[in-house]
Amino acid sequence: MSDQLVLLPVIVPLLGAGLCFVFGRSARAQRMISVAVLVAVVATAAVLMVRADRYGPTSVTVAGWPADIGINLVADRLSALMLLVSAFVTLCVLLYSFGQGIVEFGRDSPLSVFHPTFLVLSAGVSNAFLAGDLFNLFVGFEILLAASYVLITLGGTDARIRAGTIYIVVSLLSSALFLIAIACVYAATGTVSLATLSGRLDDLPSAVQLLLQLLLLTTFCIKAAVFPLSAWLPDSYPTAPAPVTAVFAGLLTKVGVYAIIRVQTLLFPDSPLNDLLLWAAILTMVIGILGAVAQSDMKRVLSFTLVSHIGFMLFGVALSDPLGLTGAVFYITHHIIVQTALFLVVGLVEYREGTTNTDRLGGLARTAPILAVMFFVPAMNLAGIPPLSGFLGKLALIRGGVGDGSALAYVAIAASLATSLLTLYALAKVWSRAFWQPLDDVTEPSAPIKRTGSLHGRSGVSTKTAITSTWERAVRDQRLPIPMALPTLALVLASTALTVAAGPLFSFTQRAADELHQRTPYIQTTLAGESP
Amino acid sequence: MTLNLSLIAAITVLIACGATLVLERSLTRVLIGFVLLGNGINLLFLVSSGDPGRAPIVGLGEGPMADPLPQAMALTAIVITLGTTAFGLALAYRAWQLTGHDDVQDDLEDDLIRRRADLDSTSTTFDEIDDEMPDEDGSDAHEESSGAVPS
Repeated sequence: MSDQLVLLPVIVPLLGAGLCFVFGRSARAQRMISVAVLVAVVATAAVLMVRADRYGPTSVTVAGWPADIGINLVADRLSALMLLVSAFVTLCVLLYSFGQGIVEFGRDSPLSVFHPTFLVLSAGVSNAFLAGDLFNLFVGFEILLAASYVLITLGGTDARIRAGTIYIVVSLLSSALFLIAIACVYAATGTVSLATLSGRLDDLPSAVQLLLQLLLLTTFCIKAAVFPLSAWLPDSYPTAPAPVTAVFAGLLTKVGVYAIIRVQTLLFPDSPLNDLLLWAAILTMVIGILGAVAQSDMKRVLSFTLVSHIGFMLFGVALSDPLGLTGAVFYITHHIIVQTALFLVVGLVEYREGTTNTDRLGGLARTAPILAVMFFVPAMNLAGIPPLSGFLGKLALIRGGVGDGSALAYVAIAASLATSLLTLYALAKVWSRAFWQPLDDVTEPSAPIKRTGSLHGRSGVSTKTAITSTWERAVRDQRLPIPMALPTLALVLASTALTVAAGPLFSFTQRAADELHQRTPYIQTTLAGESP
Repeated sequence: MTLNLSLIAAITVLIACGATLVLERSLTRVLIGFVLLGNGINLLFLVSSGDPGRAPIVGLGEGPMADPLPQAMALTAIVITLGTTAFGLALAYRAWQLTGHDDVQDDLEDDLIRRRADLDSTSTTFDEIDDEMPDEDGSDAHEESSGAVPS
């Protein structure tokens, strides 16, 4: 089925970004445009999802070029689901950012940049989810990365420049690798269209296939922050403004995971690298969560749990059977919403208290009970306490692992159980220190953190910057800011609603996984669009 | 399809130089490294397009055309490299404004860990070992106390 509707999630945010620049002087106009655009994207994504489920994938070939050389966008069940969830989360974060306004970004910072960049980011994410060829996927990644460079260095403070530099260098490197991979794929097969590639790659010698697969997987693993390539994430995310961190944590790494799923299922279905991926998944889960346990700053704890839980998704992908994929897709959906909700709640804590360091927080459960509940529910969800959706996602993955039955799969199951327990431990630690312990018990942070000034003559890092920086200007408002609390609450409710709606969602992800496993619906739809 | 050796040699040199520069501390050098890498990759696209031919415009000249698709991709990649390089340079300038240099700075966690190690090394337990074989932390502590900046 061919339909121009697939173009909307990419084009509308880009047009909206242009309009936002036109109305750069009016904050109200910018807000209205951004909200209207994202609501339109959510609606389009919902329609696409229903259609993909009823009638199979939708595809559109841009400008009428044949599918194997032109640009095409394809929305199958997986793409449409990812699109819907990401658009919904983006909308919530956008609404949240209204409440943060000047407090977060400072009076002097160019606030008018935020809305257009945010919309460009949304367009990039949509493009990456819908891309029907490798090069368009690359362009989608570049759009979202370019927007994320601007967002992560917003305001240009010392800490953000420092963290942003690392993020940008790592991202540039992954982009360069991706380009090399695309050039190699084109040299080997003469096409970059995913649908055509899936047929042509099988004819290549297995060594060439392996090389191409390794190149692509390395690229995507950097973007998804899979263990040996994950060190950039916990350092760069926490310094950004709260809405930015939230949307990055929710979406950017998932785009990488999505790309891994797409490549593994469509291009390399009989992958010889599944064991390697499984090892990567195990190490990501365990090492990520050990990092989280060692942290005392809430944003850092969450960044490390983010890395760790990427391992769960990879676990499902590495099993490469419909059961594992079902679990992985379900888990991604759950994780996008829960992780974003948690980061938004931490943003509220920061707004209220001026810090997210658990060494300096305390008694929030008594002074801000609503906030405490809003943290507690998604935190337990992330840790996988029954009956919440995190538990269901993990259960699905474990069932997939048992179904696989290999020794390594059982190791991965053990690792995932241990990781769930440690997630619970890390989050319970945050809970008891920031929310539960009486404020009187809060001691001053230990000596090493308080010492400031140049430590390493050359790089001259001052630890103080990351912890306070812009937040020194924050208004210490004791009431819960309603414009920020409502979108957070919406996400918390959505994450809880996933539990109630787990049945339909699970059968949907099952159908999505089957579709991925069959490969033919995607390929046929893309190639059928050849004659417009 | 025959491969062009000179193109491949150029790619190798560009990518090797680029990769070396990317490993530098200074952001400006890193960016120059990425520009070189990008140019190497664009040549790689040319190689991947197969046999050379005339300009891929229909109705212009005789003989086989060069494959236009990799050229389109290389053009896109050039534009993207241009944009990101411009942003990177702005970032380097801002870093220079703030700190007086444009070095890619250490990970904050590394810094904390080193700081803790640093504190340990000044404690009495570790003094002896430090004097005998100065490791990285030991030398750091020395530099900090003397205020010297390592070259």
